[in-house]
Amino acid sequence: GGGAVKTRKPDNTAFKQQRLPAWQPILTAGTVLPAFFIIGLIFIPIGIGIFVTSNNIREYEIDYTGIEPSSPCNKCLNVSWDSTPPCTCTINFTLEHSFESNVFMYYGLSNFYQNHRRYVKSRDDSQLNGDNSSLLNPSKECEPYRTNEDKPIAPCGAIANSMFNDTLELYHVENDTRTAITLIKKGIAWWTDKNVKFRNPTGDGNNLTALFQGTTKPVNWPKPVYMLDSEPDNNGFINEDFIVWMRTAALPTFRKLYRLIERKSNLQPTLQAGKYSLDITYNYPVHSFDGRKRMILSTISWMGGKNPFLGIAYITVGSICFFLGVVLLIIHHKYGNRNTSADIPN
Amino acid sequence: WSVCMYLHPPASNSIKTSKYNFFTFLPLNLFEQFQRIANAYFLFLLILQLIPQISSLPWFTTVVPLVLVLAVSGVKDAIDDFVRFVSLSCTLDFTLHSSLMPSVSVCVQADLLLLSSSEPHSLVYIETAELDGETNLKVKQALTVTAELGEDLQKLTDFNGEVKCEAPNNKLDNFTGTLALRGEKYALDNEKMLLRGCTIRNTEWCFGLVIYAGPDTKLMQNSGRTTFKRTSIDRLMNVLVLMIFAFLALMCLILAIGNGIWESDKGYNFQVYLPWAEDVTSAPLSAFLMFWSYVIILNTVVPISLYVSVEIIRLGNSFYIDWDRKMYYPLNDTPAQARTTTLNEELGQIKYIFSDKTGTLTQNIMCFNKCSINGKSYGDVYDQSGQRIEINENTEKVDFSYNQLADPKFAFYDHSLVEAVKLNDVPTHRFFRLLSLCHTVMPEEKKEGNLVYQAQSPDEGALVTAARNFGFVFRARTPETITVVEMGETKIYKLLAILDFNNVRKRMSVIVRSPEGDLTLYCKGADTILYELLHSSCESLKEETTEHLNEFAGEGLRTLVVAYKNLDEEYFQDWIKRHHEASTALEGREDKLSEIYEEIEKDLMLLGATAIEDKLQDGVPQTIETLAKASIKIWVLTGDKQETAMNIGYSCNLLYDDMADVFVIEGSTSEDVLNELRNARKKMKPDSFLDSDEINIQIEKSSKNPKLLPDEQANGVYGLVINGHSLAYALEGNLELELVRTACMCKVVICCRVTPLQKAQVVELVKKYKKAVTLAIGDGANDVSMIKTAHIGVGISGQEGMQAVLSSDFSFAQFRYLQRLLLVHGRWSYIRMCKFLKYFFYKNFAFTLVHFWYGFFSGFSAQTVYDQWFITLYNLAYTSLPVLGMSLFDQDVDDRWSLLFPQLYVPGQENLYFNKTVFIKCMLQGIYSSLILFFIPYGAMYNTMRSDGKAIADYQSFALMAQTCLLIVVSVQIGLDTSYWTVVNQFFIWGSLSVYFAITFTMYSDGMYLILPASFPFVGTARNTLSQPNVWLAIFLSIALCVLPVVGFRFLKALLRPTASDKVRRNFSNARPHRCKRLRRTSTRRSGYAFSHQHGFGALIMSGRNMRPKSPFATTGTFSPNSDKYKHKGL
Repeated sequence: GGGAVKTRKPDNTAFKQQRLPAWQPILTAGTVLPAFFIIGLIFIPIGIGIFVTSNNIREYEIDYTGIEPSSPCNKCLNVSWDSTPPCTCTINFTLEHSFESNVFMYYGLSNFYQNHRRYVKSRDDSQLNGDNSSLLNPSKECEPYRTNEDKPIAPCGAIANSMFNDTLELYHVENDTRTAITLIKKGIAWWTDKNVKFRNPTGDGNNLTALFQGTTKPVNWPKPVYMLDSEPDNNGFINEDFIVWMRTAALPTFRKLYRLIERKSNLQPTLQAGKYSLDITYNYPVHSFDGRKRMILSTISWMGGKNPFLGIAYITVGSICFFLGVVLLIIHHKYGNRNTSADIPN
Repeated sequence: WSVCMYLHPPASNSIKTSKYNFFTFLPLNLFEQFQRIANAYFLFLLILQLIPQISSLPWFTTVVPLVLVLAVSGVKDAIDDFVRFVSLSCTLDFTLHSSLMPSVSVCVQADLLLLSSSEPHSLVYIETAELDGETNLKVKQALTVTAELGEDLQKLTDFNGEVKCEAPNNKLDNFTGTLALRGEKYALDNEKMLLRGCTIRNTEWCFGLVIYAGPDTKLMQNSGRTTFKRTSIDRLMNVLVLMIFAFLALMCLILAIGNGIWESDKGYNFQVYLPWAEDVTSAPLSAFLMFWSYVIILNTVVPISLYVSVEIIRLGNSFYIDWDRKMYYPLNDTPAQARTTTLNEELGQIKYIFSDKTGTLTQNIMCFNKCSINGKSYGDVYDQSGQRIEINENTEKVDFSYNQLADPKFAFYDHSLVEAVKLNDVPTHRFFRLLSLCHTVMPEEKKEGNLVYQAQSPDEGALVTAARNFGFVFRARTPETITVVEMGETKIYKLLAILDFNNVRKRMSVIVRSPEGDLTLYCKGADTILYELLHSSCESLKEETTEHLNEFAGEGLRTLVVAYKNLDEEYFQDWIKRHHEASTALEGREDKLSEIYEEIEKDLMLLGATAIEDKLQDGVPQTIETLAKASIKIWVLTGDKQETAMNIGYSCNLLYDDMADVFVIEGSTSEDVLNELRNARKKMKPDSFLDSDEINIQIEKSSKNPKLLPDEQANGVYGLVINGHSLAYALEGNLELELVRTACMCKVVICCRVTPLQKAQVVELVKKYKKAVTLAIGDGANDVSMIKTAHIGVGISGQEGMQAVLSSDFSFAQFRYLQRLLLVHGRWSYIRMCKFLKYFFYKNFAFTLVHFWYGFFSGFSAQTVYDQWFITLYNLAYTSLPVLGMSLFDQDVDDRWSLLFPQLYVPGQENLYFNKTVFIKCMLQGIYSSLILFFIPYGAMYNTMRSDGKAIADYQSFALMAQTCLLIVVSVQIGLDTSYWTVVNQFFIWGSLSVYFAITFTMYSDGMYLILPASFPFVGTARNTLSQPNVWLAIFLSIALCVLPVVGFRFLKALLRPTASDKVRRNFSNARPHRCKRLRRTSTRRSGYAFSHQHGFGALIMSGRNMRPKSPFATTGTFSPNSDKYKHKGL
């Protein structure tokens, strides 16, 4: 009981009476106009900064597909996966400017639909993570590259099957002598991919050949996955070239990191201006679907590779903001006081 | 049919208003839910997803939300239904048992044939306000054969007869049947029927035979069907969903064609790396499959959580109505209640209000408020300086303690009248004597001193009660006498004749002989009639009285003029002889009687006038004024008389003198009504008869199908009063168009003497021809039909009858809460719902269309841009709470300003905040945002690298970047849309963003990947990508590009074309609103008179048929205040 009279009167709380304290911002000239000016004033310098940074990046790109009859690689244009001996070609080029800092070597493909839905899903992440049951019984997603001659394919799927397998070698040509430039093949994949996502199957011992027992190589590959590299920590599923390929691209034109060229000393640029030659072991056919292959050399900055888009976009948006700010200011000045009077009848 | 009421199983009287039972709930509810286009569509999607060739998203992306949606709405429906069921069954149980033995006043719950009653001649007094809105007391009488049964239970149970009657129908005033009893046949008519919904008054007991029960009762036959109400936004949403389907189909078609071309052009050659799927042998087949794959991917343009979110918002806003203290009525402890929780936003769009009168606008209490006696006005209270003061609860009441027989509930404030009575002022005494003698009220005195009057009309009751309190106590009557205690002295007057009231005479008189032997005629009636009958010597008094009458009328009081005449003995004897002849004449009795009445009712001496207040509910005129300012049209539909209804119209400011005209439609043939309507329209808008008038053209064009009519503007402010019988013609086929055109041009429409069904028909008419949202408000069973018919039904709760409340969508105790319900809750609900829908469609367009653009870069392969988990959680987890927060808390201006500026309500009526145009705008904004959200990440990633030299443009990084951009952009957008940032909003918006990052980092973590590698392939993406500066640069760029145009546009719009709400916000946001005091209205209209019935009880009284055996107290001789005091001492 308690004696208190029970009443159905609603509680007098700010929430129930919809009287919660609140901040009620309104778009007034005092807030909108400064916002436009400030955003303009911030975006333009950022844009200029990005643009300058991007322009300072050295980048060199060669298309070695060999479409043009004059191209040294033209002979390899219709190469097939299993052609032996492999077709090779050499392209000479000249760097006008020296590349001062670390240089990154990429291969680029165009018109290659790594982002096609059926392509993207044609893999078995469990298998690539070293799961033994998936190794021998890959996911159905891998079809039609799931089994070959009744043996499970490792790694299965269309992505792995179509792995890029051209070999690129870079030489510095000075006075007709070719000096091979050291290309580092490790450290090109994400740490998480190399150490978490991709793992070799486990079992007795470290012999990859034994661990991959009972599987077969992907159809297109010349050799099985456990023979991708001689170094054990870069072989099998954790081969970095393989890992890089397996990280599918978002767009049909893409670059993938191929090799690193480290700066040797502080005195010399990594790649000095001059003549170079690129030796290509042309294994990867792209002509049948109008694909293109490129080799790119590039330095990088704090914000990554060369990309004029962001800089220009920031400068443009900043300028438009500033301009709109001015226009709005004029409009406000002209019409602002006309409608603010309290002409609501009481 | 010979079942006595005892044997009748009570269960069959229950009325099924609940939709489901335990077993039918699941299938019925699912069926109902899948009737919604959207839910059926999701089921279809689910089936699509189970086809492996088509499935482009894992099944859980659809199933999880669908199950959640169905579960939430199902539970809500079940609760709604259960609540309805419980509240109804309680009232039924209670009433069925009590209707057997009505003691004081009981509501009849079935249609009964009256068998016998406690009253003489088996009379039963009933009140039918619930049924037809009429306020006067009615009499029903049982057959003599059945009256013999009395209260003998044995006889009653043995009663064995056969009733033949017509099939259940909705005619309230008609019943035909026969009772066969012991070989004899007796005719039954409506006079012997007690209908469900009427209240038995002043009858100790009565017995009846149930003729119709449950849904067969006349009341239920009148109350229409329970229909599932949908709001206009619901209907619009269905249309929009269809539009979106068309848009979706178009997009999918484009993408499918694109896929066909791509597969035959590129895909065919790309087969070296990506062979076609097993069963796909040609590009067209691939295109066909891809069409359905894209249907799955793009399905989020029809957001699955839309309907469930809408339900939640409505539920939340309904709770606010339940919780509002300003709609709580402390006197009977009744809070407002949103009984239907799916109609809230419609409250912000009301254009027509259909209101009942009795019990809704008025309290159904008559008060003797003022009077004018011999040229002196009484009733006003003045302070010392002579200023008239407003009467309120604190005003000192007149002390009637000197009178033991006074009614304690009677209140009067002017002390001078009591002084006049005490000073034995002759005219004053004569005035009150008249009031105590000239009436047809029946007294009842069960306990000594405890007088109860059975008045046929409440006005008469009020007058007799007033006389009683001032010391002229009407104590008892026999057919020949009237006992009055005059200032403590019991006097018995001989009642010689009652010259009864009828609609033509508009007056009644009595002729009495006082104990002293004086013959006097007392007369009361309408001023217009009585002024013609006055003696010429009253000229100057007449002028003064007229002045007072105008004053009373100006205050909306109902007035009567009273007069008397001393009669000459000889003349009277002659007259009474002729009167007797006339009253026994076989032919033309009525005419002869009224002739003979007229003969004696002349050369009357004016005594004064009375003013009776038909008490309005509190705040009714103010509420009506506010609602009118919000351009809401108010129609009063009442079963009451035209005069009464118009009188109330004037007193609550619906009608006023400044109106250009008030048309009265009372024709009794189809042609008359048509002419009256046409004339009214001609006066209001002569142009509307030209052939060039657009509505005429429209009607001409579509002569068959009724079409929505646009609003027409009259050349002034008009009112329309239409009578029930005329309305019956006007509602017939060819006239209804005429009626709706004329009536909708008027600001106010009053329909009188309408049946419950007609009320519904009127509402239906407006619904049919006008694109407007209607609201019906009422308190009685007679309002049920219109409450059910209107878009929104409001019941006045806290009174006796529950019928109206039970079938209503919202209920509260006082009419005045309507303004708060509409202008505050309705407006907020509408704005919130519109803002919600705008944002919801925007965010889903922006979300989904990115896939469309990506199709052009991914070989039209139905590849999604985002991670599948993001797709599943986007609507459910990441963006639902901020928009819910906005839809539950947002207010552009607070409640005080909403009430102060009713014109803020208008955009809702015009449906300006959400319609097809607004939707297209949302869509365009969504398309624009999706373009930005795709191409900015595209540009930022194209052919570039991370800051550690590794490639950035991998699919997973791109997905993460696009979804992060999207989420931040839509969060900023909701911030921009929110105009009322409470703590909750802050928490929801920042919380959702944090939850997004938390979930993303969790799902992309090593641990999750190692547990389920196939489900969480994005391992490491968040760490690797969100650390890149150009990802963030792209995000900021996207925000700026998506949001700044909106900010600029809104700023310009508020600057150049500010809405009313913009102005209020800008100019008054810091001020505190203050209400200016309203002026009293002034009206010179002479109001109606106090009789509310067609025929008086005069004949009944004179015949003595309704007289009980003599009252034990009436003839105990002197019963004066003094002797009474003495008695008390003695005790």
